[in-house]
Amino acid sequence: MVDQRLQAPDRFRRFSAVNFVLLVALGAIILVSMGQVAPSPQQLAQGLPGMANLIGRMLPPNLEPDFLARVALRMIETFQIALVGAVLGIVVSLPIAWCAARGVSPLGRGNILVKAFISFLRTVPDLVWALLFVASIGLGAVAGTMTIMVDTIGFCGRFFAEAMEDAEKEPQEALAAIGANRPSILIGAILPDILPSLINSSLFALEKAVRSSVVLGLVGAGGIGQELKVAFDLFQYRNASMIILAIFAIVLLMEICTDKLRARLT
Amino acid sequence: MLDLEGDTRCDAQQAEADAAPLIVARGLSKGYGRGGIVLDGIDLDIRRGERVALIGANGSGKSTLLKSLIGLHPISGGTLTCFGHPVGPESGRAHRLRMRRQTGFVFQKHCLVRRRSVLSNVIHGLFGEPGSWRAFSHSLAPLEWRDRAMQALGDVDLAHKALHRADALSGGQQQRVAIARALVRRPRLLIADEPAASLDPVSGVNVMELFTKLCRTQGITLLYTSHDMAHAMDYADRIVALKGGRVFFDRPVTKVTPADLRDTFDG
Repeated sequence: MVDQRLQAPDRFRRFSAVNFVLLVALGAIILVSMGQVAPSPQQLAQGLPGMANLIGRMLPPNLEPDFLARVALRMIETFQIALVGAVLGIVVSLPIAWCAARGVSPLGRGNILVKAFISFLRTVPDLVWALLFVASIGLGAVAGTMTIMVDTIGFCGRFFAEAMEDAEKEPQEALAAIGANRPSILIGAILPDILPSLINSSLFALEKAVRSSVVLGLVGAGGIGQELKVAFDLFQYRNASMIILAIFAIVLLMEICTDKLRARLT
Repeated sequence: MLDLEGDTRCDAQQAEADAAPLIVARGLSKGYGRGGIVLDGIDLDIRRGERVALIGANGSGKSTLLKSLIGLHPISGGTLTCFGHPVGPESGRAHRLRMRRQTGFVFQKHCLVRRRSVLSNVIHGLFGEPGSWRAFSHSLAPLEWRDRAMQALGDVDLAHKALHRADALSGGQQQRVAIARALVRRPRLLIADEPAASLDPVSGVNVMELFTKLCRTQGITLLYTSHDMAHAMDYADRIVALKGGRVFFDRPVTKVTPADLRDTFDG
C-alpha cells in the first residue's frame, strides 16, 4: 500500500473550466482568422508561377557601373540615417530611461507617465513616424533620421529603464549613505553596473536602425528604400534585385560587426 | 574688543558642540506598515571618540537603527539629533545629505561597484562634494581627490591595488576598500553594519583592528554591529544590546557579563 502523501503528483495540471473555455475561444479565433487572411493552398499554387516569373525578370541583377555608383551613394545615406538616428536616440534615451525607471527615477511615481510616453513611441510603427516626419519636415534623409531617433528612444528607453531598475541595489545604498544625490548615484553606481546591458541594447538598436532605415525610403524618408520603390514602380526588376542584394549585404555586415563588438565590449 | 567677545562666544559654542554627543536618540521608533514595530522607544547617546558595539539577535533592529540614524530609513516616532541638528522628515533632504556627508558607512557586503577600479570606488566616497560628477572615475577626479583617495587606500594598506578592478580582490580586501571609501571623506562618525560578517576569522580580526587603529589615529567615532561577541568585547568601549526593538542594556564593556550576553540572545 503506497503512502498517500508520497504519491507522485499528476503529470499535467488540470484545466479549470474558465481556462478550458478561454483555450477553446482562442482556438476558434485562430481558425476563423486563418480562414479569412491565411493563403489557401489554391492561392499558393496560383501564386507560385507568378513569383517564379518575377524572379526570372529580376535576374541577372543590374551591374552597370553608373547604377552601382548610385546605389552605393544611397547605401551610404542609409547607413548615415541609421547611425546618426540611432546615436541620437541612444543619447536621448538615457535621461528618459532614468526618469522612467521605478525606484530610481527623480520624478518618483511620475515615472509611470514617462513609461507611458516611451510605450507610445514604441507602439507607433516606424513607417507611420516616417509619414509624420515627411509631412512635417519634408522629403529626404532628415525625416528618416528623426524617425530612427524616435524609434530608438522607444526601444532603448524601455530596455535602459529595465536595466536601471535591475541594477545592484547595494552600491546605490552605499553611495546614498554617504550623502550622494540621485544624479551621483546614477553615474557612480547604476551606469557602471548596467554598462554591458546598455552596450548590448545599443548595438541591437543600431542593427534595428539599419534594418528600419532601408524601408523608410518607401515613404520618402531618404535612403536606399527610395531607390527600391522607384525600381518597382518603373518595373525595373533587375535594378530591384541588385538593391535587395545590397540591402542584404549591409544588414549582414552590420550584424557581423555588432556581434564582434558585443563579444569584445560585454 | 567686540570682535574678541564674538570670537570668545564662537569658541565657547564650538567647545560646547565638541562636548555634546554626536548622536542623541530619544524614544526613537520605526515601523514598517504591516511588518510591525522594529524599533520601539530607543534612547541612545553616541559621544565623540567612542567605539560602540551594537549587538542583538537577528531581527532585533540593529541594521534598521543604523540606517535610521543617518536618515536612510525615516523614523516613525521620537527625536533624533545628529551632529547637533535634528534628523527627521521635517529636517529636509539637503540637511540629511549634509549630515550623511560627515558620516562614513561600511556595509556587510562591501557594496562596491564591481566593474570599476579600486581607486574609482574610493573616489566615489566624494560624491556629494561640489563638482561631484568628477568622482565618476579617478581619471576625471581633481588631483586633490586622487591624493585623498590614495591616502585612504594607504591607510588600509591597499595603495598597490589602486588600479585593480574591485571584483578582482578578495572579500577582506574589498571590505578594506569599502572602509577607504568611507574614510576618504574624513568622516566624524564611522558606522559599520556587521563589517566582519562575510569575512574569514583572520580577515575579520584584521578589519576590526584596522577600525581601532583609525579611531585612535584619526579621532573617528565608531558605531558598529556584530554577531561576534569577541569583536564586540575586544574592540568597543561600550556595548548597546537590542532585544525586540528595545535597548536591553547599554553599559561599558568592562561591566558586561557573560550572562548579559546570553540573555540578549535568549528567547
